[in-house]
Amino acid sequence: MRASHLCSLLMLTAVLLPVDAENIRVGYLVETRDPPPVLSNLDDPPEDEGVAGAVLGISDNNSTGKFSGQGYNLEVRHIDQGEDPKTALASMATDGIRFVLLDLETDTLLRLLQQPVPNHLLMFNIAAQDRRLRDSDCHASLLHTALSRDMRSDALAQLLLKKRWKRWFLVAGHRAGDEKFAAAVKRSAKKFGARIVAQKDWSGDFDARRSAPAEVPLFTQGPDYDVLMVADESGDFGDYLLFNTWDPRPVAGTQGLVAKTWGRPVEQWGAAQLQERFLKQANRWMMPRDYAAWLAVRSIGEARLRNPDATSSGIEGYIRSEKFQLAGYKGRKMNYRRWNGQMRQPVPIMWARALVSQAPLEEFLHQRNELDTLGLDRADSRCKLN
Amino acid sequence: MPIAIVRHFALALLLTPPVLFADTVYVTNEKDNTVSVIDFDTLKVVNTFSVGQRPRGIALSPDNKILYVCVSDDDAIRAFDVENLEPLYDLPSGENPETFVLSPSGDRIYTSNESDNIVTVIDTSRRSVLNQIDVGVEPEGVAISPDGKIMINTSETTNMAHWIDTETFQIFENSLVGQRPRDAAFDLDGRRLWVTAEIGGTVSVFDTASYEQIIELKFKIKGIRQDRVQPVGLYLTRDGKLAFFALGPANHVAVVDAQTYEVLDYLLVGRRVWKLAPTADEKFLLTTNGVSGDVSIIDIENMKVIKSIKVGRFPWGVAVHE
Repeated sequence: MRASHLCSLLMLTAVLLPVDAENIRVGYLVETRDPPPVLSNLDDPPEDEGVAGAVLGISDNNSTGKFSGQGYNLEVRHIDQGEDPKTALASMATDGIRFVLLDLETDTLLRLLQQPVPNHLLMFNIAAQDRRLRDSDCHASLLHTALSRDMRSDALAQLLLKKRWKRWFLVAGHRAGDEKFAAAVKRSAKKFGARIVAQKDWSGDFDARRSAPAEVPLFTQGPDYDVLMVADESGDFGDYLLFNTWDPRPVAGTQGLVAKTWGRPVEQWGAAQLQERFLKQANRWMMPRDYAAWLAVRSIGEARLRNPDATSSGIEGYIRSEKFQLAGYKGRKMNYRRWNGQMRQPVPIMWARALVSQAPLEEFLHQRNELDTLGLDRADSRCKLN
Repeated sequence: MPIAIVRHFALALLLTPPVLFADTVYVTNEKDNTVSVIDFDTLKVVNTFSVGQRPRGIALSPDNKILYVCVSDDDAIRAFDVENLEPLYDLPSGENPETFVLSPSGDRIYTSNESDNIVTVIDTSRRSVLNQIDVGVEPEGVAISPDGKIMINTSETTNMAHWIDTETFQIFENSLVGQRPRDAAFDLDGRRLWVTAEIGGTVSVFDTASYEQIIELKFKIKGIRQDRVQPVGLYLTRDGKLAFFALGPANHVAVVDAQTYEVLDYLLVGRRVWKLAPTADEKFLLTTNGVSGDVSIIDIENMKVIKSIKVGRFPWGVAVHE
């Protein structure tokens, strides 16, 4: 993110506030990342994914705050890749910031959580999708607006099961997230009754752009399956599997048919309005981390609006309560799971150009809340915050 | 018996007494860029004409001579001559107008510009902008009090109903309502304001003298997931006795006793029921059903859905001309 660009955005959101407005500062701690080289390099990853969503959330909160007497500011701090985030977080807390969005890699986030976290600080994980953060490594001061991989693979599983495409051929890359996504796919298969009929690792030692038509048919020949499930989180090779399989089979997972919290085809339930607002502000389409950041900032705004208690613990208490609900353009009210701080949310299932479905699908019932058919349910999570 | 005769016979039954059906119905088809014209005599679509991009809100002038249509993606409210359905002129609505309300005399239009967080006030005779009022995020529903003095705007992401003085154009009160407020309406006597909240699944009823909430209504339909019960469009009968609420993806219209607030019935209509409008004699209520692409006709007295009529893609708004 170019500093000047960010500054102008921040000034934009700070304008128009009454002088005596109650000021709520939201911190944004972001780890600079160096994306790995990928074969499929059609799209440059934007430098401001995440922070642009937070900026829009602040601007939305401020539009409302005009009528309710609150002003919101976003304060962004950068750390280098792999740097210990402790110092940056501590300095935000010392400055008086009580709400911090964490845009960190999993390892960096885990490192942060293993040390004492400043008191009276509520943190939102807007990036890390790891199961363990919602399970054994959960934290009492951490909420998650990012989806877990389990929620994404469960969403896909629901649709594939509904279509009776139950035999999956799993192909996984060997980068960090790939293994985790593959594990999530396996768990979803077990949970919903699909079968992994074959599994292969993608070695990635040739350039699939040139040779996919020759390599992929051979690679996929043999197993009798319904869907090719691909685990390639960095987008290295997955796109080349489509239309190159030996048998005519659809591709799902991290490429082809995907389940994610937000994407360009999402336009129902007023989503077109959020898309348009974001596009106007950021000059690009809203991405999952942008949406997760927007949800976090809007959660703070919504809780403050509904709750006369303006203290940060009052706001946090409201966010965690049964009363809290947030409209997030996905047709259902969202709130947070009490046991592990994960935001319940519908998961759109789409390919690049169209929405296919949205989980939870009607066929999948739950004794309390159908949204809990996605990801770690209370009984399965080792996290027992409440 | 030949099929044609059977159908004719069935239609004849529906049409008794024929004098009930004299109105012309206009329906905006959001994804077809057209308006469907339904003749209430025959209950058939007699005309479909192009209006512009993404038509949504629709209403007739009080003298029934002009048909106004929000053509959202053309950034205008387009006026059509009701006689020949030819476009007359565009009103300066501001960007992306979604829906609007006319003042009781028809001299003004209040429209919500959802992308700019403003309400635009238009002088309909001069065809000029009188004022633009800053409101919350994603303004949507607009309502006008029967005396024309108070305009209400609901903002979907701010979750408020803004009370606006139509002389000073100032917001003088803000009322928190449920998540994603969609539409609002005053009773004919102006004593109560009703606001629907789509995601909250609620309807808030306010006393217009004190601005205090009287009650919050909730709905429950057997066999339908609670999250799908999403109140959107509403209609209050002129005698103050009944209130109807379109429940969106629940595919039902709720009928509520407007005095006791008791839910009297849920009527099954088309899919994703959106807006409601009565016939001139208030014997029938029409609903636009976005996903099924049709209009349902509710017989108000008997509380029955008597027919559905296929229109274009994603019908949004409906206006009725006597």
